[in-house]
Amino acid sequence: MSALVIRGVRKRFGAQEVLKGIDIAAESGEFIVLVGPSGCGKSTLLNIVAGLEQPDAGDVEIAGRVVTRVPPKDRDIAMVFQSYALYPTMTVRQNITFGMECRGVPKRQQAEALARTARLLQIEALLERKPAQLSGGQRQRVAMGRALVRDPLLFLFDEPLSNLDAKLRVEMRMEIKQLHRRIGATMVYVTHDQIEAMTMATRIAVMHQGAVQQFADPDTVYNRPANLFVARFMGAPPMNTVAARLVGGERPVAVIGAGRPDEIRLTLPAEGGPPPGWRNREVVLGIRPEAIAEAGRRFGAEEGSFSTLEAPVEMTEPTGAETIVMMRLGGEPVLGRVAPDVRPVVGGAARFAVDTRRICLFDPATEQLIA
Amino acid sequence: MPAGTAAVAGVPPLARPAPARWRGWLGRLAPHLVLWPPLLVSVLHVVSFTAYTTWISFTPSTLLPEYDWVGVQNYVSVLNSRNWKIAYSNLVIYGCGFVLLTTALGLLLAVLIDQRIRAENLFRTIFLYPMAVSFVVTGTVWAWLLNPGIGIQHLVRGFGWAGFRFDWLVDREMAIYTIVIAGAWQASGFAMALFLAGIRSVDADLYRAAQIDGAGPWRIYRRVVLPCIGPIFIAVLVILLQFAIKTFDLVRALTGGGPGLATQLPTLVVYDLMFQRGLLGRGAAAAVMLLLSLLVVLLPYFAYARWRKRREARHG
Repeated sequence: MSALVIRGVRKRFGAQEVLKGIDIAAESGEFIVLVGPSGCGKSTLLNIVAGLEQPDAGDVEIAGRVVTRVPPKDRDIAMVFQSYALYPTMTVRQNITFGMECRGVPKRQQAEALARTARLLQIEALLERKPAQLSGGQRQRVAMGRALVRDPLLFLFDEPLSNLDAKLRVEMRMEIKQLHRRIGATMVYVTHDQIEAMTMATRIAVMHQGAVQQFADPDTVYNRPANLFVARFMGAPPMNTVAARLVGGERPVAVIGAGRPDEIRLTLPAEGGPPPGWRNREVVLGIRPEAIAEAGRRFGAEEGSFSTLEAPVEMTEPTGAETIVMMRLGGEPVLGRVAPDVRPVVGGAARFAVDTRRICLFDPATEQLIA
Repeated sequence: MPAGTAAVAGVPPLARPAPARWRGWLGRLAPHLVLWPPLLVSVLHVVSFTAYTTWISFTPSTLLPEYDWVGVQNYVSVLNSRNWKIAYSNLVIYGCGFVLLTTALGLLLAVLIDQRIRAENLFRTIFLYPMAVSFVVTGTVWAWLLNPGIGIQHLVRGFGWAGFRFDWLVDREMAIYTIVIAGAWQASGFAMALFLAGIRSVDADLYRAAQIDGAGPWRIYRRVVLPCIGPIFIAVLVILLQFAIKTFDLVRALTGGGPGLATQLPTLVVYDLMFQRGLLGRGAAAAVMLLLSLLVVLLPYFAYARWRKRREARHG
């Protein structure tokens, strides 16, 4: 059974259409991440699922029941806000039990649920404090506790980690993921951070300009982005995208900077290549930086599925775990990720290995993935 | 304009033309020129006259000031006068009634206006308007409205309900409540504005969280919003209470303190002693006691405000 179905949802604020027909279906127990740059409509969509906003068209279905006109309190959902939205005049205990109090849960049952949640989140020592007396991370836990204490059909998260410092954010990210595994609930999580999306989601909905660009599992979104927006949004550093020309006989060859003295020819793998109609046409070639490494790297692949090329090195960025190299392929700037101990000489040329299986081709007109 | 900024920053300050330097100096001086003279004048005014009144209250002054010392004699005779006792018990009834009714009405209006109604600005202005009217006008208008011969009672009887009675204005027991009504009519818009500002400053996410927690509108206000604006409650109560203590012109215009002494208030007693009976010393004593009752309200409030500020500073 689908835990959540969003069908043709549209929303307009004045003249601006913020959601242009959204369709998403989540299975029970899934962790759906809505990710996109600010202003893409992801928070509006979450608010519509929560019932805090009304869609202009379309339906929201939670656990098989259409709830489009149902007020938030009757949707049986829990939500964690970016601002945490803890009630400032209540203690942590009252904050967590307020929802049960509103629903008339007996006191004894409330106490049991509170104890269980407090133990789960390790906030037992904080129960008598007011939110003002808590640190950012503690507030975040209490906000999670308020959602977890009930057993709702759906958990909604609205950028819950964006107010935490980097270290705490990574910790909480793992905790939320473990929590999801442990309780097996359906969760919808909004973020602008593509790393959170990659690490936590069972499926990612990449949103841009009020539309879902791609709705797929993290590996597909990362390796086979549906269009150039997704390719450039996911991943840090993002996918390299350069203009290229498809030529070749029995195996297609992508040429970067065709006609230049330093043109680069990449022979594409035989299977999964572009449809025949694309021979001798301009395309946009996308390749992840980690698919370009120092010469000699085999990418765990058979001979022939990677090529070696020589390119001028413009800049290196040693990050500790790897060295990021900015080079030129056929005149186009491209990033590669080489081993940390490899430090190509800036200004000189170096040899690189390219994993040609990981090349994506896009239509330059529609920006959609071809192959 | 990075280039332009760099050029200005590059000019050494001494090379600036004289008028610019003058203007800078004047610019720094202007706030002081604007702030200090009025502050000095009002401090001199308030403090010196308060001190003078206090001094007079210890003298046997009658129609004109005399500067002999009679100790607390004026205080004793004012405190023992029936007039003063009635005025103070009236003040208690009026003060409590006015503050409670005004707070309740103001809060109700604020909550109603908070419901994202149409023409909110219009309603806000309408409810705030009475505050712009002088108390004398309020008193006069309500004197007409409450006058049994020409006001509400007359109107309702005109509709055919011949037995309708609404004659509180001339009723010794009820007259004080007419002051409460008129005062609340005038001030509840002001209380509304303060409450509304408070309600609007509550983080919108709190409403959303409470909605999702399953709270209805009444519970959201009672448990989430109103506790958040606790400090505003205290501010409203204190402001209204000192309004009540200072009330003078409203009563003057509405009932003149009557019927009999039924709506006599301490401010009217002060006026009466000083300017009607020519007993400056006693009038001053009554005025000083009035000032003390104001301080009883205001000092704890200032202490509370300071305490809150310090607590906030500690918790960040």
